[in-house]
Amino acid sequence: MTEVSEEGPALQEQDYEYYILKLYVAGQTPKSLTAFANLKKICEEHLKSRYQIVVVDLLEHPQLAKGDQILAIPTLVRKLPEPVRKIIGDLSNTERVLVGLDLKPARKID
Amino acid sequence: MEINNNETPLALVVTTRIHGNRMERQRIGAIMIELNNSSIESHYKQLEKAPTGISGLDEITGGGLPRGRPTLITGNAGSGKTLLSMQFLVQGAVKYNEPGVFMAFEETAEELTQNFASLGFDLDKLIANGKILIDYVYIDPSEIEETGDYDLEGLFIRLGCAIDSIGAKRVVLDTIEVLFSGFKNDVILRAELARLFRWLKDKGVTAIVTGERGENALTRYGLEEYVADCVITVDNRMENQIATRRLRIIKYRGSSHGTNEYPFLIEEDGISVLPVTSLRLEHTAPTDKISTGIECLDDMLDGSGCFRGSSILISGTAGTGKTSFANHFVQAACRRGERCIYFAFEESPSQIVRNMRSIGIDLGPLISEGLLQIRSIRPMAFGLEMHLLDILRHINKFQPKVVVFDPISNLINVGVIEDVKSMLTRLIDFMKTKEITTICTSLVDIEDEGQTGQGASSLMDTWIKLRMFETDGERNRGISVIKSRGMKHSNQIREYLLTDRGVRILDVYLGAGAGLLMGSARAAQEAREGEKMLVSDPENERKKRMLERKLRSLKAKMDLLHSEFETEEEELELLVKEDETRSQDLELSREERARTRNSDASQPREEK
Repeated sequence: MTEVSEEGPALQEQDYEYYILKLYVAGQTPKSLTAFANLKKICEEHLKSRYQIVVVDLLEHPQLAKGDQILAIPTLVRKLPEPVRKIIGDLSNTERVLVGLDLKPARKID
Repeated sequence: MEINNNETPLALVVTTRIHGNRMERQRIGAIMIELNNSSIESHYKQLEKAPTGISGLDEITGGGLPRGRPTLITGNAGSGKTLLSMQFLVQGAVKYNEPGVFMAFEETAEELTQNFASLGFDLDKLIANGKILIDYVYIDPSEIEETGDYDLEGLFIRLGCAIDSIGAKRVVLDTIEVLFSGFKNDVILRAELARLFRWLKDKGVTAIVTGERGENALTRYGLEEYVADCVITVDNRMENQIATRRLRIIKYRGSSHGTNEYPFLIEEDGISVLPVTSLRLEHTAPTDKISTGIECLDDMLDGSGCFRGSSILISGTAGTGKTSFANHFVQAACRRGERCIYFAFEESPSQIVRNMRSIGIDLGPLISEGLLQIRSIRPMAFGLEMHLLDILRHINKFQPKVVVFDPISNLINVGVIEDVKSMLTRLIDFMKTKEITTICTSLVDIEDEGQTGQGASSLMDTWIKLRMFETDGERNRGISVIKSRGMKHSNQIREYLLTDRGVRILDVYLGAGAGLLMGSARAAQEAREGEKMLVSDPENERKKRMLERKLRSLKAKMDLLHSEFETEEEELELLVKEDETRSQDLELSREERARTRNSDASQPREEK
């Protein structure tokens, strides 16, 4: 992740991009609920009305785990904008989520 | 954690190597307890096993891998872990109707299918028939950001989905250690792995987990802690620049198993392990005999050849005709309709066929009839164990009655002497248990010495020694039977010739001169004897003439007697005739007298 040092100037452009976020969960576990709550909060703060969250429950659609190579639960997949990024965990570390979504340059959290 | 065991016995935690946080300790405690339970259970019932279908492996594991439990296979890169596990799945699907899931962390399904196609596994077909499912799990650590607590439920769901979709009974995870590079949180990962193996057990699938071998541990990330039921290690070791693959069962809880390192082969049709380290001497000894193909040699060996299933060593220096003797044996066996396999370590099959034709043995038809198989291989081609495996594999496939190793002494180049001896011992033992007659030729360097190299002679039942005798500026060949267990063999050294009609053992020269006479010396001796015969002829002639003379004189005497006899006879006849005429005259005169007296002539005649 240290390679993402040139992201500063590009931040302006990204502000106008639309985000499609897929959150993979397995049932209503505390971790999933925490992850969803955290995601909602971050999106409202940084991507207001420019995002769409799709929650995929693998207990209902187990075959979907294969497509996005999901191993960890919960996993947040940023489908758009490209490239695809994956963020695993309950998204409690907001800084890391922002880095993962390319909403914040990596160097700021180091 | 599923088991919230805060009261883990302290001793268990202390004895573990890993000192993690509390969660870690709980986990270890839970595993230990669970393992203890499983080992207690196994005392009560025989462990159920899932056959691997890999030749040899089922024998050393006593029937296969523990059914419904995970097995760990560790080894370095390129040691055959993936192949072994894939073969386990394929055999399960094909032979035992147990579908399997292959979860690949390193290779894609396409790559696997291609790689295994070269080994004759039609994975595509098996996949299409729903017998095998390959799930490629791709982890790129660079695109994953970790943000707090997570678990690997996704992997479980994925695997569960795969298992349920084809009703899998077997599962392979190759190589799950890749997860360690994909996820940074070791604690979560280890806890999840422990959960995964418990989950696999609960699912009741027979699983293989592969792992890279670590520096000082069985696996790089200590997977052996999670999979405690059965651990197999494979490696590919270099010795004297020759690589040998070996397999060993490190542990197998609740089952007895072979404990040695077993060599295995990766060949056209996959892995084969052959456990041939048993050195038991329990084979039965057949009593029927088979011909060596040379009548005279049969005579030297108690009249009718050697015992079936015995081992025969033909030793000799270069050019003594060891191969010719061996091929006589082969020809005789094939004529009896027995299959032969000929392992040649020096010549190619066509070279052997050509050379044998020069002494009148035509192997060509025997090969085309499928009675004879010649397998030529350089001793340096691979290690000793590999040779052994290769030989046994071919024997098992071809089921011959006679096996020839020509020359067995070449194998010594491949390994150290103890290894060679151990290998030969196992080889001969194997042949004996199968009642296969073994003919080994052995090249010796030094004439007149009892050495056969590798001390192989003690393993052999019959030892035929071919020697070159150098006398009067020529080399002649001599054969002798040094030993032949269980038979009254000849102790003579006899000369033999390699003629265009095969080996011809000459009659023993039993002349006056001491020692063995060969070649021109023999010819000279025979000539001398011939002369003696000529010298003694006139004496005979004289006797003959004398006898003839005697006979002639006897004949003369006989003639004389004969003529004397004839004269006497004539005289006698004369006398008889005279008598007759005299009596006739007498009668006539009497009739005359009667006529003159007019008497009845008939009366007196009646009276007469």
